[in-house]
Amino acid sequence: MADNPNDLTEYKGMSRRTFMKNTGLVAGGVVGGGLLGGLLTNQMQQKPEVQSTTESGQIQDARVFFSRGQDFAILSAATERIFPKDDIGPGAIELGIPYFIDKQLSTEWGINAKEYMKGPFAVYTTNTGNHNVTKNQDKQGPNAETQVPAPTPRYQSKMTRSEIFVTGLREMDNVAQQEFGESFVKLTGEQQDDVLRMFEEGKVELKGIGSKNFFNLLLQTTIEGAYADPVYGGNKNMMGWKMKEYPGPRASYMAQIEVDEFVKLEPQSLRNYQGH
Amino acid sequence: MVTKLEKVDVVVVGTGWAGGVIAAELSKAGYKVVALERGKNQTRDDYIGVKDELRYTNRYEMMQNLSSETITSRNNLDEVALPVRTRKEMMAGNDLGGGSVHWAGASYRWTPYDYEIRSKTIERYGEAKIPEGMTIQDWGITYDEMEKYYDRWEKTAGISGEPDPLGPNRSSDYPNPPMKESPPIKLFKEATKKLGYHPYQVAAGNLSQSYTNPDGEAMNACMYCSYCTQYGCDFGAKSDPLVTVLPTAMKTGNFEARVGANVRRVLYENGKATGVLYVNTLTGEEYEQPADVVVLAAFTFTNNRLLLLSGIGEPYDPKTRKGVIGRNYNGQFNITFLGARGFFNEKKFNYYAGAGALGGVIGDFAADNFDHTNVDFINGGGIEMRQYGSGAIATNKVPSGTPGWGAEFKKNSIHYTNRSLVVWYTSANMSWWHNYLSLDPTYKDDNGDPLLRATLKYTDQDRNIAKFGIGKCREIMEAMGADIVDEDEVPEEFDHIYDGGHYAGGVIMGADPKTSAVNNYLQMWDAENIFVVGASAFPQFAGHHPTETVGALAYRAAEGIEKYLKNGGLLVTRKEVGSHV
Ligand SMILES: Cc1cc2nc3c(=O)[nH]c(=O)nc-3n(C[C@H](O)[C@H](O)[C@H](O)COP(=O)(O)OP(=O)(O)OC[C@H]3O[C@@H](n4cnc5c(N)ncnc54)[C@H](O)[C@@H]3O)c2cc1C
Ligand code: SF4
Repeated sequence: MADNPNDLTEYKGMSRRTFMKNTGLVAGGVVGGGLLGGLLTNQMQQKPEVQSTTESGQIQDARVFFSRGQDFAILSAATERIFPKDDIGPGAIELGIPYFIDKQLSTEWGINAKEYMKGPFAVYTTNTGNHNVTKNQDKQGPNAETQVPAPTPRYQSKMTRSEIFVTGLREMDNVAQQEFGESFVKLTGEQQDDVLRMFEEGKVELKGIGSKNFFNLLLQTTIEGAYADPVYGGNKNMMGWKMKEYPGPRASYMAQIEVDEFVKLEPQSLRNYQGH
Repeated sequence: MVTKLEKVDVVVVGTGWAGGVIAAELSKAGYKVVALERGKNQTRDDYIGVKDELRYTNRYEMMQNLSSETITSRNNLDEVALPVRTRKEMMAGNDLGGGSVHWAGASYRWTPYDYEIRSKTIERYGEAKIPEGMTIQDWGITYDEMEKYYDRWEKTAGISGEPDPLGPNRSSDYPNPPMKESPPIKLFKEATKKLGYHPYQVAAGNLSQSYTNPDGEAMNACMYCSYCTQYGCDFGAKSDPLVTVLPTAMKTGNFEARVGANVRRVLYENGKATGVLYVNTLTGEEYEQPADVVVLAAFTFTNNRLLLLSGIGEPYDPKTRKGVIGRNYNGQFNITFLGARGFFNEKKFNYYAGAGALGGVIGDFAADNFDHTNVDFINGGGIEMRQYGSGAIATNKVPSGTPGWGAEFKKNSIHYTNRSLVVWYTSANMSWWHNYLSLDPTYKDDNGDPLLRATLKYTDQDRNIAKFGIGKCREIMEAMGADIVDEDEVPEEFDHIYDGGHYAGGVIMGADPKTSAVNNYLQMWDAENIFVVGASAFPQFAGHHPTETVGALAYRAAEGIEKYLKNGGLLVTRKEVGSHV
């Protein structure tokens, strides 16, 4: 299956028509290993457009989870659509969000180490595995303040989050090919949004997890990457916090708690806080 | 090979508020007490320098490790229950001090109506007000009898507060003054006052000043640091078992807290417990801890599960509506804490600052404080405006109609970060014959023991009370001057997310052994030396947070255990109240 990260036949999900359009093959032509190989090689050579740079232009970060550059390039393009650069401030790529997600996927959270992962698993083929799609739980509750949908409500997949990411990103590329005849990273911003929306609405079949759950996970981690403490690789130079005028970890807000006017404090991160 | 240990007077399972109070009281009275805790040791040092929203709020650092054990959940009796797999969906306490360490601190007494809900509802509205199938019942104890235990717990915990103007009688004031009034709370109070309601400051386990409790434990003043709910307090300013009852027990020399001890069974012979069986979670070795009294204080889920696994008490069967263990499962689910969000265009709040229980509240629509003749539900709830201190990841509130991602989402979520407030209704939850706890037929834990299975579905009562509360919250938010007010939706059905720790019932207290598992000392009717302490004893849930009532019940139980150790026997005579299932 195209949605299995362990599977070699990447392009099974792609329609014959688009496949031929992309490879320039004529009907009846032979699809040989060489050609397919060539296609894959091309992809590998596609330079990921994402680099995390300092002001001096030096690359500062490296992948520790994603082995395949192309997966990371799709991730980067997708997160930038979710959290774009605009006149308020930097977008996902500049904030280091793709690297944040990359690191998170190799933590205990990425491999669901502290979660119940014993079977049997109820397999939902089409969408979400969520019994209650009607309600966005995250809009209320003392501990559920995040206003983006839960990652995977009613998580019932055998797959870990890191497996879900690889599967989901590759399927995004398949859908891009099917719908627009191009790799996801080559699409226009609007076209990328169309693909993302298909996932968001659960219109893509993503076996074992559901495209909607993958989308929500992508969305949640993107937001986390923008605003988590910079020690995790996102929120570069506290730029996420600066946009929100959020001060970061402090010993005390005693001096601000009763004040009527908004008090803007220069943000501090755990690097300052633990180091003091 | 099970290693048999030396017998103690009392073995306590769990070290939260429930287990901690019992441990402190009995070790002070000179009894040898051992508390078993499945999680690890933790101290205040573990929180110093780790104010980290991702790690605690989003990755649930302090919650139960579910890889070995969770619960399963379903709505209907004929559904297959599925496991609650992630920590976002299951926030249960785990390490020394339990969920009572990462709680927020909001402290409420429950009302006289709550304790005698069935009698008082019938008295005021007639029997027809209680729908068929609703299994609410009186607790077998009144508020007046509970008052001294509430008072006791408030002094131990150093609660900072002011009395609810509509609240029940109190024998003394809160030991500490209320917390600071921030501008959003002031706004809430002014608006509710204008509407004719009776606002007051939420009573808090976050200390408004430094304080030494009657046991000699010192606590510091809260810094409003905002890393509070789902965190441990690095200032020793949030009242929890680690800074109060556990050190008190420790000082006596009669107490041992054993961590990494996962209890699997209560050992039971001829109507009495002989001790408990536990596994060392690091080595896998099994131990038997004999004791004269066994106290289950391991939160609602484990309390029920251990009794069911050990075959103690008659399990509740929804088909016959007979049996007691697992009966009247209740709590606050995703249909509670609904309300209205307000967006202010002209005002910005210092909303990054706050504390777990910092807030304003009104009790005008709580319990039976308002006339229910013309509403289609019973009971009520508090209306709160809390200022937890919002983290940067958490605060992405946008007016409805804003897309959930992309340029417009980014713009609005940043714009409204410091410009939105929430008011919610902490509605009560009534018990029903079809909501119960049992053992799961399929899913098992690491030891091969069946998981606990929760069955819960909503009724019109739940949806109607929520709708009512949302309407009141909107009215208040409008009076507060919000430019945009968005209402929460009422969910059709329970979504199997167990956050917030307000889950109760299954080992409920009452006067009649046919419809209750424990008497009003939390002593089991079916086993006189087993006491089951915690929210598992609530026959139904009131419209306020549970922990103060858990603490008060623990003092009541401690008194009972001491009586039992001295005199033995059942502490309360059995009474047939007439069944109402
Ligand atoms: C994020 C959050 C915020 C909250 N805020 C509030 C609030 O503001 N106000 C309020 O009133 N309530 C609040 N609560 C609820 C509050 O935490 C609980 O009511 C309270 O902690 C219950 O105390 P307890 O002693 O019964 O259980 P716990 O404190 O959870 O203690 C139970 C202990 O038993 C241990 N245990 C369980 N099973 C076993 C076993 N088999 N063997 C050995 N040990 C075991 C657990 O590890 C745990 O340490 C909140 C809960 C959460 C999760
Ligand atoms: S807000 Fe107050 S009680 Fe809560 S963690 Fe900070 S200092 Fe402690």
